[in-house]
Amino acid sequence: MNTAFFYALVGVGLFFLGLYALIVHAHLLRKILALNVMGCGVFLVLVALARRTGEAQPDAVPHAMVITGIVVAFSATALALTLMVKLTAATGRAELQSDERDPH
Amino acid sequence: MERNRWLLPLLLTPAMGLGYSVLSLPEHAQGLQHLVADKMEVSGVSNPVTAVLLNFRGYDTLLEMFVLLLALLGVWSLGGLSLRREAASDLVLDTMVRFLVPVLILAAAYLLWVGAHAPGGAFQAGAVLGAAGVLSLLSGWRCHLGLAPLPLRLALAAGPVAFLAMSGCTLLIAGRLLQYPPAQAGILILILETAATVSIGVTLTALFLDKQHPGNKDQT
Repeated sequence: MNTAFFYALVGVGLFFLGLYALIVHAHLLRKILALNVMGCGVFLVLVALARRTGEAQPDAVPHAMVITGIVVAFSATALALTLMVKLTAATGRAELQSDERDPH
Repeated sequence: MERNRWLLPLLLTPAMGLGYSVLSLPEHAQGLQHLVADKMEVSGVSNPVTAVLLNFRGYDTLLEMFVLLLALLGVWSLGGLSLRREAASDLVLDTMVRFLVPVLILAAAYLLWVGAHAPGGAFQAGAVLGAAGVLSLLSGWRCHLGLAPLPLRLALAAGPVAFLAMSGCTLLIAGRLLQYPPAQAGILILILETAATVSIGVTLTALFLDKQHPGNKDQT
């Protein structure tokens, strides 16, 4: 196993760590952070797998995709934070209302 | 906690499956590297990532400029994030920002220029500009001094408009979307990147601008 696969596995680990946090935590800020951790995992997988060319120069196409992705993730996070702030201002709590039919 | 009992095994199973499928990928894969390397000479730049972003897959970047603009419109239509700082100004923070912001702007310009032949380019430069803007906003800077809404909107629209104009011209002249003539590709890419850098930097800053009334700066 070379280093590219090691980093790709770390990326997979980050993705599922984020997914776990996304499900477990109720607070919306934690959910937004978890989504960002998941996104970082995906970026890490893409960048790591681009190193498999066996030459000095890695594959440029996944790198370009990651650069694009980082900027989109930033703007999506800003939009999510705004929605969270507005929801907190409207309901007084930074959590989504649980379903009425939920036994809890 | 009752419901969380099955969560860990439920997540570990796909995690192991995904890990296994990553490990079972071929050890060496060329991907699109040779395709990119073959066409580098006609791309107008010598950095493969910039060539992919601005030339071979220019429409990705074109669409992304609109994604950024849409995110900003979404934030503004919700009234914007407010970073209003009530506390007294901090001498250390203010001094640091005053030193850092010019350096960051210079670094952004360098990254933009160097993107043609080394790692760098519009996104990195735009992100650095955005960082400078957000840092200024956090330290209490407000843009009602001299920066009227119209220049702000022009800066926001510069990137998408430049890309649209370039798409239109290349579509009319070459018959293909964003297919530059090889001789002028370098300068055309630099123009697009400059407009994109300004737009990305200003958009990233404007996402955090307290923007109750876009036309009325006195409210911020």
